[in-house]
Amino acid sequence: MKRLLELTLFELVDALRRGNVSREDVVDAYLSRIKEVDSKLHAYLAVNEEMRSNSSSEGLLFNAPIAIKDNISTRGLPTTCASKILEGYIPPYDATTVARIKAEGGLIIGKTNMDEFAMGSSTENSAYGPTYNPWNLECVPGGSSGGSAAAVAAREAVASLGSDTGGSVRCPAAFCGVVGVKPTYGLVSRYGLVAYANSLEQIGPITRDVRDAALLLSVICGRDPNDSTSVDPPSKDYLSALVVDVKGLKAGIPKEFFGEGTDPRVAEAVWRAIKLLESHGMEYEEVSFPHLPYSLPAYYIIAMSEASSNLARYDGVRYGFSAFEEGEEWVKVFSKTRALGFGAEVKRRIILGTFALSAGYYDQYYLKALKVRTLIKGDFDCAFKKFDVLLAPTMPLPAFKIGERIEDPLAMYMVDIDTVPINLAGIPAISVPCGFVDGLPVGLQIMAAPFHEHVMFRVAYTYEQCSSYHNLKPPI
Amino acid sequence: MQQQQDVVIGLEVHVQLTSLKTKLFCSCPSDYRGKPPNTHTCPVCLGLPGSLPVVNKKAIEFAVMAALALNCQVSERAVFFRKNYFYVDMSKNFQISMYDRAGGTPIGRGGYVDIDVDGTRKRVRISRIQLEEDPARLVHLGPIELSPYTLVDYNRAGIALLEIVTEPDLSSPKEARIFLQKLRSILEHCGIFDGSLEGSMRCDANISLAGGARVEIKNITSFKEVERALSFEIARQRELLKRGQQVRRETRHWDEDRRMTFTLRVKEEEHDYRYFPEPDLVPIVITEDFIERVRSMMPELPDHRAERFMREYGLPEYDARVLTSEKALADFFEACVKLYPSPKKVSNWLMTDTMRVLNEYNLDWSSIKMEPEHLAELLKLMDDGVISIKIAKLLIFDVVLKGIPPSKLVEEKGMKRIVDENYLSQLIEKIFREFPKAVQDALKDEKAVHFLVGQVMRHTKGRADPALTNELIRRKLNELQRSS
Repeated sequence: MKRLLELTLFELVDALRRGNVSREDVVDAYLSRIKEVDSKLHAYLAVNEEMRSNSSSEGLLFNAPIAIKDNISTRGLPTTCASKILEGYIPPYDATTVARIKAEGGLIIGKTNMDEFAMGSSTENSAYGPTYNPWNLECVPGGSSGGSAAAVAAREAVASLGSDTGGSVRCPAAFCGVVGVKPTYGLVSRYGLVAYANSLEQIGPITRDVRDAALLLSVICGRDPNDSTSVDPPSKDYLSALVVDVKGLKAGIPKEFFGEGTDPRVAEAVWRAIKLLESHGMEYEEVSFPHLPYSLPAYYIIAMSEASSNLARYDGVRYGFSAFEEGEEWVKVFSKTRALGFGAEVKRRIILGTFALSAGYYDQYYLKALKVRTLIKGDFDCAFKKFDVLLAPTMPLPAFKIGERIEDPLAMYMVDIDTVPINLAGIPAISVPCGFVDGLPVGLQIMAAPFHEHVMFRVAYTYEQCSSYHNLKPPI
Repeated sequence: MQQQQDVVIGLEVHVQLTSLKTKLFCSCPSDYRGKPPNTHTCPVCLGLPGSLPVVNKKAIEFAVMAALALNCQVSERAVFFRKNYFYVDMSKNFQISMYDRAGGTPIGRGGYVDIDVDGTRKRVRISRIQLEEDPARLVHLGPIELSPYTLVDYNRAGIALLEIVTEPDLSSPKEARIFLQKLRSILEHCGIFDGSLEGSMRCDANISLAGGARVEIKNITSFKEVERALSFEIARQRELLKRGQQVRRETRHWDEDRRMTFTLRVKEEEHDYRYFPEPDLVPIVITEDFIERVRSMMPELPDHRAERFMREYGLPEYDARVLTSEKALADFFEACVKLYPSPKKVSNWLMTDTMRVLNEYNLDWSSIKMEPEHLAELLKLMDDGVISIKIAKLLIFDVVLKGIPPSKLVEEKGMKRIVDENYLSQLIEKIFREFPKAVQDALKDEKAVHFLVGQVMRHTKGRADPALTNELIRRKLNELQRSS
C-alpha cells in the first residue's frame, strides 16, 4: 500500500471504509504534514484542529480531510476571504457545498489562502501574505485559489474546494500540477460563497487526479433551493464517465488560445497532449473564435462592476473589521473601515467597477460588456455543434516569480487570457497536468458544452491514464 | 381650502405585503412588530457574506394581484435590479428592487385608480408597480439629529414592499389623502395588506407649484400625514414664490412631530444608484395562465362592493362609497345588516354616530372595539322602546371605545326608559308645584310646555319617555284649565 499521504481521495475513502486506516491515522498524518510544511508554503489561513472531535457518518467522502478556500463559508471556522476587512468573522452557517461534503462524511481540515476576495492570479494579494508554489518556493502558486491548489499538491489535504471567477481554480491547478474543475455555471450552488462576481463564478474541486475531481464534483453539484441560479444536471454520476476511450470524439483547437504571449514551451506541451489523445482515436481540428480578443476587457468590466456592488456590504457595522469610533458620523466610519480594511487591488476593482456602472457610462461599459459576452458565448455554442471538447493551454505560461507582476496590474490581468472566456460562456473546463517547463507544471485545459462535464471528464481521464504527470510529486 | 389648480402632486407609495408569512428573499417570519430587536434575521436578510436571495413566490402572486386590482398591464417578465447606495439601514448597501430602464421591467405598468373628491370622480394614473425589500428599522433617541447614536433593527430588513408610483395627477393634499385611502381599501380588499399595522404604508410625495421646481418629500407615514405634509409644503412654497424667491429642486424630510419639512439633500447631492440586474436572481416569467389564475382569485374590490351596496341594500351612492372606503368598515356594515336588516339605519349609525366617537378621540376604524352584534342590539333596544335615541347616542361611546354590549350598559347604568305612568305623574305634580309661573305660562303659550318637559327630563336624567311625559303634562294642564 502507498503511504497514507500518497493515497488519492478515492483510495483514501476506500481504505478508511475497509478499516485499513483509521480516522485518527488520517487526521494525525495530515495535521503533522501541515505542521511540517505550511510554515514554508503558507497554504492555510486556519487549520481546523477540532476535526478530531467531528462526528461523521459513512458516505462518499468518509473521513477524508478536505481543505476549503477561505471565501467559502464554514460554520464556526473563520472565513476572511484573505482580507483584513473580514478579520475575525466566523460565519454562523455552512455553504451548501461544505454542508454537502459534511453530509458525505468529509472532514473540513482548514481554510486556505487566496487573493483577497478572489481578486488576483497569484495569491500575492492576500492580506495575510502570499502562498508559495510547492514546486518552487520562489514562484507563485497561481490564484486566486492558490492555497487550495498548493495544499493538495503538497499533500496537506487530500482534496480541496476553490472558486473560479475567471480562472481561479484552473490557474493554480495548472501552476501547482494538480487537477482543477470549473463546472458549468449553475451546476454547483454558490450559497455561502462570498461573492466577487456572481454571474461568472462557480465553486470547483481541486484534486490530485481526475477521478477525485469527478467524485468531489458529484458530491457538491446539483440544485440548491438557496441558490436560484443552480440546477440539477442530467446525471450526477461523473465516475461512470471515466473510461479510457476517446475514439470518435472530436476536439476543436482554438488557435487564439495559442496566440501572442503564449510561452512556446507551454504550447508545445499542450500540443504533445493533443497528439497523444489523437493517437488514442480522438480527431481534432483547429478552429477560430473571432470574438475572443474582447473577452479579457469584457470579463474585467463585468467582474469589477459586480464586485463594486457585492463588496459594498463591508462597512464595519455587523461583522469583521471596523474603524468605528465613538461619536463619529456613520459616513466617516464607513469610509475609514473600507479605506483601512481593503487591499490595493480590491480598491482598484471597486473603483473601476463603480465607474463602469455610473450613469452615463453604463451603456458604454457594462451593457457593452454583456453584449460581448453574448457574442463569445455564441462562438462557443457554435463550436460545440461541431466538437465534443475544446483543448487549449490553461495558462499561457508556467508559474512566475513572486513579485514579478504584482506591481503591474495589466500584466497580471493578461495571464487570465485563456481562462476568462470559459467563465463568460458559462461552460465547464478542467485543467490537468500535461508537462513541465523549467521544473514547473503546465496545464492542459479541456472545455465542454454546458452540462457536458461527463465528456470533459472522459477526455481528461483518458489523457491522464495515458500520461504520468499526475503521479509526479513536488519536492517539498 | 383655496383653489389649487397650479399644484401638481405625484406619489410614490410603499406598501408592505403584510399578508405574507415570510420575507421577500428569505424564510424569516414577517411579523416583526413588537418582537425583540434582531431576532427575525438570518444570513440572507443580514446580508452576511455568501448569502443569496431567493424570491418568495407568493410575493409575486400578491404583486400581480395588486397590479390587476390597479388596472395595470402585467409584465411578461419581472427582473430584479440592484439599487446601490450606502446607508445605515441597508444590510448589503444595495437594495434589491425593480427598475424600468436598461431592460428592466416592473411587475405592472400603466394602471389607474378612480377616486371620489367632493362628489366627482377623478382618475389617478399609476405609472408602475414594483417589488422591493424593506430596509432595516433605525431607532434613535429623540429627534434624529440630536440622537447620540443610531440603533439598527434588522427584523424589518427584507420585508416585501410594493412600490406604487402615480403620475402627477393629484392637485391637492386632500386628493392625495383620498387616493391613499382608496389605495389602502383596494389592497385590503385584495387580502394582501393590512393598513392598520404601524408603518405598513409609507409614501414619498413629489410636489411642484407653477413657477417652482419639483420638491420631493420623504418620510410620510400615513394618509393623515400626507395631507398635513403637503399642506405645509404648499404654504412654504407659496410664501417663497410670493416673496419672489426660488423654490429649489431638492429632497425634504417630513418631521411628523414638529409638523414641518426640512432639507435632506439638494439636487447636486442626488444619488447615482448604479442600477444593474441582480445576478443572483433569474428573471421571473409571468405567464398568461398565471395572470388568469390570479385574476380568478381576485376578491370583490371597493368600487364593485359600493355598487353592490347600492343595488343590494338600496343605499345612496355617498353611503356606499364611505362604507367601502375601508374594508373593515364595509365588513362591519354587512355583518351588522345580517343581524339588523335595516341597511340605511345601520349606515347612518356607522357614518354619523360611530364616526363622531372615533373623530372625537382621534381614532382609526381599526381601534374600534364595537362588534356588529353590539350595534344591532343598540338599534333593537331603541326599537323596543327600552332606551331613547338620546340615551343610545350616549351609550355608543362606551360601546365603540370599550366594546361593552349595550344591554349590559343599560342594566349597569340603569338607563332604561321610564314608562311608569304613576311615577311620572307624581314627578309632574311636584314640578307643577315648584314652577307655578311656568305652569301659568304653559296654559297660554305652547312653547312654555317644553320647559316643563325639560324639567322632567332633568329629574330623570333623560330617561323619561318623551311621548308619555308630553301626554301626561298636557293632560294635567287640561285638568287645570277645566277646573279654573
